[in-house]
Amino acid sequence: MRRVSRIAATVAVSAVLALTASACGESSTESNGNDSNETGGASHGVGIAFDVGGRNDHSFNESAARGGDRAEEELGVHVEYQTARNGETDADRVQRLTSLAQEGYDPVIGVGFLYGNAVAEVAQDFPDTTFGVVDSAPEGDNVYGMVFAEHEGSYLAGVAAALKSESGQVGFIGGVQNPLIQKFEAGFVQGVEDTDPDIEVEVNYLYRDDDRGFSDPARAAEQADGMLERGVDVIYTAAGSSGQGSIEEVAGVEGAWAIGVDSDQYAQPGLAEFQDSILTSVVKGVDVAVYDLIESVVGGEAPSGVHEYTLAEDGVSLSTSGGFIDDIQAEIDEATRRIVDGEITVADTP
Amino acid sequence: MRAVPMRLDREKLVLGLAAPLLSIVTALAITSAVMGITGDNPFRAFGVMLDYGSKSDSQVWIINKSIPYYLSAVAVAIGFRMNLFNIGVDGQYRVAAFFAAVVGGALSVPGIVRIPVILLVAMACGAIWAGIAGYLKATRGVSEVITTIMLNFIGGSLIAYFLQEGRLAERDENIIHTADIPESSFFFEFPTNPDPVHGTILVAVAIGVLYWFVLGRTRFGFDLRAVGRSEPAAEASGVSVRRTVVTAMLLSGAVAGLVGMPTLLNESGNYGNDFPEGIGFTGIAIALLGRNHPVGMGLAALLWGFLERTGTQLEFEGYDQEIVGVMQGVIVLSVVVAYEIVRRWGIRRQQRQVGEQLAAQSRKNEAAEVPA
Repeated sequence: MRRVSRIAATVAVSAVLALTASACGESSTESNGNDSNETGGASHGVGIAFDVGGRNDHSFNESAARGGDRAEEELGVHVEYQTARNGETDADRVQRLTSLAQEGYDPVIGVGFLYGNAVAEVAQDFPDTTFGVVDSAPEGDNVYGMVFAEHEGSYLAGVAAALKSESGQVGFIGGVQNPLIQKFEAGFVQGVEDTDPDIEVEVNYLYRDDDRGFSDPARAAEQADGMLERGVDVIYTAAGSSGQGSIEEVAGVEGAWAIGVDSDQYAQPGLAEFQDSILTSVVKGVDVAVYDLIESVVGGEAPSGVHEYTLAEDGVSLSTSGGFIDDIQAEIDEATRRIVDGEITVADTP
Repeated sequence: MRAVPMRLDREKLVLGLAAPLLSIVTALAITSAVMGITGDNPFRAFGVMLDYGSKSDSQVWIINKSIPYYLSAVAVAIGFRMNLFNIGVDGQYRVAAFFAAVVGGALSVPGIVRIPVILLVAMACGAIWAGIAGYLKATRGVSEVITTIMLNFIGGSLIAYFLQEGRLAERDENIIHTADIPESSFFFEFPTNPDPVHGTILVAVAIGVLYWFVLGRTRFGFDLRAVGRSEPAAEASGVSVRRTVVTAMLLSGAVAGLVGMPTLLNESGNYGNDFPEGIGFTGIAIALLGRNHPVGMGLAALLWGFLERTGTQLEFEGYDQEIVGVMQGVIVLSVVVAYEIVRRWGIRRQQRQVGEQLAAQSRKNEAAEVPA
């Protein structure tokens, strides 16, 4: 009896599987408003898909969101925001982008290099929709890649850190040890060394290969705490929403400085409590890039290719809010000039 | 006389159905309450999920997504059946997928040779990685919970070390990945409409059948379960606990090694820093949900895929997609709790029945004795 019922269960399940595998019924493409994406120019809004950490990470995603908000305000378009979970695969990202494109959003923007492959794949299915992707440059006639010279901005942060450090030790905390975050590290370390070769730079990563690094403030706090105890007094954290953990920790130590990333973190309402400890931020103009893309699509264009936002065109910059680096502004400006003029080439790998 | 086994079977059936029903009802009630408290309409959400999740492209997506989940659950379940808590499936499948991808990318042989080689390398690497924990447990008595967690981190670092330009990987902008396996060497796909179902589903089915057969129908499976129930008793009846521990870990690791294969051989073709991680932990939840049963875990994996597929859609409808995380957690908890409640209820009921039968027996005996 036992054996028979098991066999029966197995057969039933394989039958169910076979039925589902034959994919009966209509697909979501057929039932959704497919007509809206055939109308071409008349977009019914902008779709923005965030990376891990979500809209309120006070950093990378929030910068993209600012671009979207500005477009909503100034161009009167509707912006739909979607958020990634931790541990997603390309299948999840493809689904999200496909849904956005299907609903007729144009442009559809993926925030973060993990969207690169997914954008390339989905863009083929929706040739009339413009796809944007931040930090990646996939191929495609309707794909617009926005990449940034994070190493150049980080170089300036290194200069500021070297000039402001009193203990002679500065630290870098990266979210995940991937090529993108290593660009931040490389620029920062070079900036410190070019300014004062005697200063020690401690480099730490939260995770080697796990995107939780961008949403784990507790771990960033732990690492920052360790660095502070070892005498480090300026910490630059490039780790998305994990960064607030490190900033919070730094704020608890008299005389220590935190350097923010991606957004001007001094001006972030969520970090207002700690703003007196935020020396400056390496601002990545994701907001500008996103806004520009939306503006040109709304204006009837369909930009494609890759655009690199560099220091020379203010694609990356060092924020001055708080006025904590006013006294060293001359040195920062000098370093900026030398990078822009090509006197210094900032390495993008450590 | 025939009536007794029939009645017992009906009882078993009721008990078998009570637990899943109880857990589903509880899970639905709790999730509805959570959504109600946060001010969302739960019934519209369930409607959206059912509607979107039953679309044909969703079905394909869910099946494809559940293949690695199922393999991961089986890997975990092999350990569970003998009271081994293999938390290291995550590290095992990543190490396995990485080296399998390296080997697969380096070979220049046709797909018919390449695919088996990749699968074998993956199983071997997974087995070795899990075997370390098994060996330490058998010879030094180190808890496998500790070692497998630590091996996850070591595995991550090992991959990070080799996954660098100039070592075993190449760089493509911000993504570093191993050499590409040509698409001609991909696993075949079932040409379903609108999207194909991954052929690696056959691997999952084969593993499921093997799992059922080896654990339920062989001497080794019996030994393994015996060790899980009681080590001293198993030892006393002539089972080598040490050997069983090591073998179980090796098997669990070998299956874990396959977890990354659907992604590697049907989707990405390489192992990069965008390779999915965390499936090993999902596998623990699915093994719990599926009660270590080969079919149960299959259904649980599909349910998981369904929740993830529809969760993204829920966000479009204005719900927080975190609600799906809440659902997943609540479902696992309700299943575990419901089975425990039903099990205890069943035992009490059985005891009462046995008691009644014995009482009836003795009454009958007394009645028989009186005239004597």
